[in-house]
Formats: sequence, structure tokens, C-alpha cells
Amino acid sequence: MYPFRYRRAAGVEDARRLFEDSEDGRYLAGGHTLLPAMKLRLSAPSDLIDIAGIAGLERIRTRDDAVVIGALARHNRVAQAGEVRGAIPALAELAGSIGDFQVRNRGTIGGSIANADPAADYPAALLALGATVRTDRRAIAADDFFTDLFETALDEGEIVTEVAFPRPRRAAYMKFPNPASRYAIVGVFVAQGMGGAEGVRVAVTGAGPAAFRVAEMEAALAGDFAPEAVAGIAIPEDDLASDLHATPDYRAHLVTVMAKRAVARALARDET
Amino acid sequence: MTVAVTMTVNGEERSGQCEGRTLLVSFLRETLRLTGTHVGCDTSQCGACVVHIDGESVKSCTVLALQAQGREVLTVEGLAGRGPLHPMQQAFHEHHGLQCGFCTPGMMMSALDLLKHDPDPSEGAIREHLEGNLCRCTGYHNIVKAIRAAAAKMAGS
Repeated sequence: MYPFRYRRAAGVEDARRLFEDSEDGRYLAGGHTLLPAMKLRLSAPSDLIDIAGIAGLERIRTRDDAVVIGALARHNRVAQAGEVRGAIPALAELAGSIGDFQVRNRGTIGGSIANADPAADYPAALLALGATVRTDRRAIAADDFFTDLFETALDEGEIVTEVAFPRPRRAAYMKFPNPASRYAIVGVFVAQGMGGAEGVRVAVTGAGPAAFRVAEMEAALAGDFAPEAVAGIAIPEDDLASDLHATPDYRAHLVTVMAKRAVARALARDET
Repeated sequence: MTVAVTMTVNGEERSGQCEGRTLLVSFLRETLRLTGTHVGCDTSQCGACVVHIDGESVKSCTVLALQAQGREVLTVEGLAGRGPLHPMQQAFHEHHGLQCGFCTPGMMMSALDLLKHDPDPSEGAIREHLEGNLCRCTGYHNIVKAIRAAAAKMAGS
């Protein structure tokens, strides 16, 4: 790592002030993506502004028909929280599938989505559940949040404070993880009936530069919520990622397979 | 430029100088000379560097020393102190849960965090929990056995 100045923020206001005071600052929450990137010298901020100690931002609570997760909630907390497991078990399962146990003790939901790794799990949940990201200055719909590879709608210095997930009638997330990193080669989150409304949303992570929805699958599942409804839908491979783990056509194939499995898993939950 | 950092390590308050970029594992090993915590991969994958911060297992190669400011850190040296071996250490010894021993401190620190959540874990639960701890010698069989034995011993004590 290149040297940097470490600053500890006492609150959101303080964090913003420290950010403005820095030449090229970055916020540090769990640090489980940022620190590895800095070790590789892919990232070299002048200042790290540690926001992990800001009180209240780690809270998880239920508000109306939504589960509201503070940006500093660690993955293991989300996986274990009764509020999440009760209302959106698919989201708890997703959080429990990130990295390994020690990584989940450090990584945060706010850090994950602000970083917007193309293979991160949470973006699929935000898109499929129609979540709302709240920041220190505004609310951003998930559909507008993930814009490109490691790119989000966040402005310079903007801080994610919480994410509100509407409760679905049923949902599930299935991923095909890289066996070494556990990042999703492809992950598909399927959700139906958010906030009492009808309708289905299907979101894919890992396959492209940013998480995206699949309108054709959503329409098919709205008519018939069954694995067979998406079995024949192949997504175009044009914009999909190609790397040493998977080719675009393999990823396109996995999207259909994971979507089928996610629908089956969502339905299976009805019976338990 | 160095700054002062203070934390409680194995029950004792310890202070030292570090840089912003000093990793917790480097601070423990090089400044405090607690070399029981190992650096295997330095990329938060192998788990040789697992320690507890405020009772939770973390990979200390991916935590800055300054992030542990004011916190309680437990390393493998803190398990037994100067007394007899901790039941987890004794179980690894008795069940041959190690060969070269490089991964062992991380394995034990990780396993102890599991037992907090699940005092009587199944073999499957142990294997799943050890996802982030890599062993290149024994193939996990005796590690799992040791953890099962330690769990039984600790539940009984």
C-alpha cells in the first residue's frame, strides 16, 4: 500500500468535512474491498476516512412494509438478524453467502454497494427487491444506482446511510460462485409481490459490468411464476463479461439456469 | 509519518507507533512480537491471520492497526496465557489436527468463534465455517475431529 493519512470520522457531518479537506479521500467502512485494492496499488487514496465508528448507521429495523438496513451493517449481522430472516429470508441467505465468515464479520452493505463490484451479491438484491438507497443528501432508487463497472450514481463524497428493502411475497437468490473467491460468476435474484403489489423483478449480478434486470423473464414470471417460464429465455451475450473464469456465452447460459433455480427455491419456501 | 495506537491485546493494554497503512497483523507480529498470528496469503483468503476483535473473528491482514484502536484483540497467544493449553489447543494436539502448523492459529481462532454461535456444531457446520481457513497438509479431517472434541470438552467444563 502507498502511504495515506488515516482519519476517524465521529459522525456523517464530520466524515463529509474530512472528505472535503482531503485531496483524494476515500471512505473506509469494513475495508474488505478497499484494503485489498490498495495492497495491489489499484487504489491509492491520499486519505482514508474511517466511518465504521459512526453510531447508529449499523442498525437494522423494520419500517412499514420494508426492512431498513443501516449502511454499516456487517454481512453476518444481516445474515443473522431476525428482522431480515423473518421478512426477507432470501436477503439473509444472500448476506450469509458473501465471502467467508471472517469477511462477513467485517464487510458492510454500504461499502459493498458503494464499491459496486460487478460480481458483488447485494446489487442483485437491491435491483430485484426495488430497494431505495438513502444517502446523506437524498434517496436513490436501486434502478438508478448501479450505473457501470464500479460506477454508481453517488456524487463525490456522498455517503450511503441506509438501504430500504420492500418486503416481497416470495423471493430467492441463487448464485454460481467462483470456487476460490466466492464472488458470483453469475447470481440471480428473483422477487415477487413487493410491498403488496403484484409483479416480478429479476436481477442478475456477476454477468455484466453492472447488475441488471431481465425484462423478458419478469414478464414471463408475472404470467406464470414457475421455473419452466424462464427455461426458454436466453439473454443476449453481447454485453456480458469475459474473463478467465467464464466466457460470455457460458455466463448467458448460467443466467437462465440460476433464474430457474431461484424461482424453484422461492416456491419451495412457500411449503416450509 | 507514524502515529500512536493503543489496544488491549490478550487482556493487556498495549501501545505502539504505526503508520496509517500498517496492518493489524504486522503490528501484532513486528511491533508487539506476537508471532503466533501468521501471514499466509495476505489477500484475506487463507485465514492464517485470524484473530478476534471484540470477540469476533477477523482476518488481521485486512484490518489496519488503527482500525483496532481502543478495541480488545485476542490472538492465539491469549488462549492459554501462561497456564495449561486451552481445550482447543489440547484437542488439536491430541487429534493430530496439524502437520506443519502454519494454519493452526487461524484454524483455532476461527473455530472458537464458531463455538460461540454453535456450541455443538455438526461436521458439516464445522467444514462450512472453515471456508475461509486453508490447510495444505492434513486435509481437514483431523482438524474437524479436533474441533468436535474441543466442543465436547468445552461444553462439559
